[in-house]
Formats: sequence, C-alpha cells, structure tokens
Amino acid sequence: MKILVAVKRVIDYNVQVRVKEDGTGVVTDNVKMSSNPPDDNAIEEAVKIKEAGKATEIIAITVGEEKSQETVRKALAVGADRGILIKTEGTVEPLAVAKALQKIVDKEKPDLVFMGKQAIDDDCNQTGQMLSALLNWPQATFASKIEIKDKILEVTREIDEGLETIEVNLPAIVTCDLRLNEPRYASLPNIMKAKKKPIEIFTAADLGVDITPRVQQIKVEEPPKRKAGIKVASVAELVSKLKNEAKVI
Amino acid sequence: MSVLLIAEHNNKEVKPFTLNAITAASQMDADVHVLLIGNNCGDVAKALSEMSVVKKVLHAEAAHYENYLAENFAPLAVKVSENYSHIVSSANTFGKNLMPRIAAHLDISQVSDITKVISSDTFIRPIYAGNAFATVKSTDTKKCITIRPTSFEPCETSGGSATIEKIEATKEFTLSKFIKREEVKSDRPELGTARIVISGGRGMQNGENFKLIADIADKLNAAIGASRAAVDAGYISNEHQVGQTGKVVVPDLYIAVGISGAIQHLAGMKESKIIVAINKDGEAPIFSVADYGLEADLFEALPQFLEELNKLNSIQK
Ligand SMILES: Cc1cc2nc3c(=O)[nH]c(=O)nc-3n(C[C@H](O)[C@H](O)[C@H](O)COP(=O)(O)OP(=O)(O)OC[C@H]3O[C@@H](n4cnc5c(N)ncnc54)[C@H](O)[C@@H]3O)c2cc1C
Ligand SMILES: Nc1ncnc2c1ncn2[C@@H]1O[C@H](COP(=O)(O)O)[C@@H](O)[C@H]1O
Repeated sequence: MKILVAVKRVIDYNVQVRVKEDGTGVVTDNVKMSSNPPDDNAIEEAVKIKEAGKATEIIAITVGEEKSQETVRKALAVGADRGILIKTEGTVEPLAVAKALQKIVDKEKPDLVFMGKQAIDDDCNQTGQMLSALLNWPQATFASKIEIKDKILEVTREIDEGLETIEVNLPAIVTCDLRLNEPRYASLPNIMKAKKKPIEIFTAADLGVDITPRVQQIKVEEPPKRKAGIKVASVAELVSKLKNEAKVI
Repeated sequence: MSVLLIAEHNNKEVKPFTLNAITAASQMDADVHVLLIGNNCGDVAKALSEMSVVKKVLHAEAAHYENYLAENFAPLAVKVSENYSHIVSSANTFGKNLMPRIAAHLDISQVSDITKVISSDTFIRPIYAGNAFATVKSTDTKKCITIRPTSFEPCETSGGSATIEKIEATKEFTLSKFIKREEVKSDRPELGTARIVISGGRGMQNGENFKLIADIADKLNAAIGASRAAVDAGYISNEHQVGQTGKVVVPDLYIAVGISGAIQHLAGMKESKIIVAINKDGEAPIFSVADYGLEADLFEALPQFLEELNKLNSIQK
C-alpha cells in the first residue's frame, strides 16, 4: 500500500499572531514557521501503518513556496520515504491545493491520502473533503481512530454529538484530528538521513492547474479587544458581582 | 437568485444551528430555500416550512440519507444548485464535512465560518484562531458558504407557510458506509447554545473531579465545556471541547476553571459576554480576557461557589 500525506507550512501554533498595520495580512517576517499540527498526526499515522508492515511507501507532499520544503524534510525525518513540492507563490486556496493534489494522486496512485483536518492559519477545513470530491473517493474526516481491515478502513470520527464510526473502501481520503496519535520527534540521525531522501519539484503550470485565487482578501483586522477585567478577592464577591453587577445568574 | 440552505436534522427535529444558518442565509438573499435530505423526515419538512423566512423546502427522502454521509448528500445539493446564487450551511461538523465536497464538485472556492455578511459576495471570517478577522470577497459566480452559528441569531420558527417540493433522490454512494454514532445524551443544555457554560481544564486533575463542575452546572442550568488538554487526558469526552479545533461558544457567562487560556482555547470562548476565570496561577493568560478573575485553588473555590449559589434566593434560568 502506498500512502500520500499532505503537509502544510504554517506559522507555529505558539506564536502570538499579529495583524499588519496596513491591514494587508498578518506579520510573517521573522516569525517561527512549523508544520501544521494535525499534519504531524497524518504523517505519524502513515509511519505507524508502514511500521506495522501494511504500507510500502510514504510520500509527503506540500504546496507552497520554496521554503515549504522544510516541512517535507521534517516528514522525511520522521519516516516518509520521498517528498514532492509543488512550488507556488502567494496564497493558494484549498480548492487549488486539492486540484494540485489530485494531479499527483492521478500520477502516483496512492491507496490512501492522509491530511490534517484543518490548517491553523486559514482555519478553512476544506482541502481533504475537496480532494475526495474531485477524485470521487470516500472521505473520512476528523479521524481520531483508524483501523485497517484489508481493503476497508474503519474510522472513528469526532463529531459535535460525540463519536461516529464509518467504513470506507480504499482508496480513500482521511483527515486527521490531533487525538489520532502522538506524533514522534525526529532523531538526529534520521534528520541527517532525511537530507538524502529525494524531493521532486513541480510548478502548478507543470501540472496544468490554475491556482489563481477566487476569494479576494480585502482587509485583515485585529479582533476587538476585551475591556480589562478585575480580580475578585473571594468566591462570595464573585457570586455577588455575577448576580448584582453583571446580572448573569 | 435565491439562496439554498442545507438543513441539519436528525430526521425528527431540526438541529438548532440550522436556525442560525437560515438567518445568515436570509442576509445574503431574501429568497431562502431549504434543502432537506433525510429518511422519513416529514416532520422536519413541516417544521422548516413554518419558519417565517423560508420560502420553499426541497425535500428528498431515501434510506441512504438516514445518516450524514457527505458522499450521499453532496451529489443532491449539486444537482439542485443550478438555480441558486449561494449554498449555505453551518460551520459545525455537519457543514464542515459536507460543504467542501459540494464546493469542489461545483468548482467553487468555499468561504468557511463567516461571522458577518457584508454584502451578497463579501463576508468577514476569523483566521489564525480568531487572532485576525479577514474581510473577503468571493469572485465565483456561485458561493459556497459555511456560517459560524454563534455569530447569527436563530430565525423565527413560526409564521411561515413555505411550499414543500418533493425532489428525487440521487443514487447511493456505496464505497462509504455509516456504522454507528455514539451520542452522549444529556439533560443539560447544548454547549453551542447554552446561556451559561462552565469548563474545566487540566487543573481538574481527573474525570471524577468534573463532578465539582457538574454540580455547579446543574445549579446554573449550564452546559459543560473543557479544554483540549482535559479531553486529551480522558477526563471528559471530545464533544465538550471548546476552542479552535473544538466548538465555539458565546454564552452570557463562561466560567473557565483550571484552564490556562492558550490562544487555541480562547478562540472558542473569548466572545462570551462575561468571562470568569478560576485559576491558582495569577499569571495565567486566561485572566487577560476575564471580566472577573479569582486567583484560588479550584478544589476550594468550586465547593464554596456551590455553597454561595445555594444561598441565593433565585437563580436566572
Ligand atoms: C493545533 C492545535 C489546536 C488546539 N485546539 C485546542 C482547542 O480547540 N481547545 C483547547 O482548549 N486547546 C486546544 N489546543 C491546546 C492548547 O494549546 C492548550 O494546550 C490547552 O488549551 C491547554 O489546556 P489547559 O488550559 O486545560 O491546560 P494547561 O495549559 O496545563 O493549564 C492548566 C491550568 O490549570 C491551573 N491549575 C492547576 N491546578 C489548579 C488548581 N488546583 N486550582 C486552580 N487552577 C489550577 C494551572 O495554573 C494552569 O493554568 C490546541 C493546540 C494545537 C496545537
Ligand atoms: N498548501 C498545502 N500543501 C499541502 N497540504 C495542504 C495545503 N493546504 C492544506 N493542506 C492539507 O489540507 C489540510 C486542511 O487544510 P485547510 O483546508 O486549509 O484547513 C491540511 O491539514 C493539510 O493536510
């Protein structure tokens, strides 16, 4: 079985994101970048499947600028076998990412595509579902548990009401929740070895994909700030304030 | 043109966020039609037809529409999409799972999780866990939109008399199969719509201690929330998680207990009207968004809190 894993380079989740003064976006200069957290879970799951002897090859793929190769390298360091970079500039919307991934799926014919459930920069939560639509494959979104049963995957999904279990025939798309597994850290020797693993580079034009944005970003603003609150000295004071000042209880 | 709203329901009742989505849809275009896909869901069709802003209900029935498999729902939405300028649903796990599948079939770049409708093509949506708000304009001729339910009021559920038009089902997608849903039944209000929410974090130490939270929730008729850390540690189940990758809540009162206030948690609750933080670490970032902060050990504070509530003559429900 061959597994394709889509990884995105995003502002690190620990960074306090700041809006640019001119309202054109958020500050990215000198800001720490990392792989999108649930994409680490996606890679981890693929590596676990390979370690269990159920997969033969893992390909990590990203769509982004030249520097996004770092994210692919990280995937290679934790166990992916080779990488693909689809080199682009500027914003690439989920639909365009899905179209680019579709071209690679057509070429590589993986049995399974793992992705994150949501990118923590655009918070779109779209790309996996879109890719499965384009391929007309089953989709198992927000996965917190996966079991491989021959050509069928049993997936536990996190939904608003609790948990849902579905079965999807392979090939399929799975989007991963953070609770799916505990991503490992790359060891130094593996980081060194990953430097020798191949990364193939394409442009969107090579693949014949139009990635022109369809949604214009008109402006980006800071959220309204909350008024500073107060500290109360006791539980009795708290309850009294909630009752008599805020009038919420 | 008209807007097509995809209803979420359990074949018996309309789910509450559909009401918020209908309001949002009506701000894009006054001619709101609802697409109801289900199995034996005649009661839902009737309920939807009585909502005052709904002009028409398109009602499709089939056994394979019993559960929400996007692979079954999307083709029907695509089929009826022709006459609509907008396709809308709520940005909860129902809409998040479904709408991108519809959008990609239609070659539309979806706009997710909008908090405001500026005009029929321009919307505001949070990005970076709500640390920024982007005003975006869709240039696609048709728009696929999911809405943040807590940013729109629920619509009126009476006063309307929309026509119900039966439409033909699309074929079953046989490569995906629904197996089961483990729904946690609770008498408490739903997290997403509760007037009061009390949430526990890693500071609760274990699942048993959530009893301290539950007692207060019972007293206040509140829903129970949790941080991701509390869910990850197994203190409480996933549907309680509040935050960037959990649920967004905007109650009148949010009480955060033993929660540090990571940006990913704040993303799900910082629009609440009144925020209370109970934390023993005076420097915890949660205090920076709290209207009332109590620096205390929660194991002392929560029992006292219950006691103080018991002393009150009346509590708003
Ligand atoms: C991509 C991504 C998405 C995420 N999504 C979410 C999300 O949706 N929701 C979410 O909540 N988190 C999310 N997280 C995790 C988030 O970053 C934090 O790790 C998490 O919110 C911390 O939970 P916590 O505050 O309960 O735990 P901690 O940060 O460990 O805080 C525990 C707090 O309890 C206090 N405490 C301990 N004992 C006591 C006591 N006896 N009395 C009083 N106070 C006490 C401590 O002072 C501390 O402030 C996400 C992370 C990532 C990377
Ligand atoms: N530019 C990209 N390159 C590779 N994968 C991506 C890219 N954008 C999104 N993805 C994948 O799609 C998931 C969901 O992203 P989104 O739909 O943007 O929230 C991510 O977790 C990634 O797995």
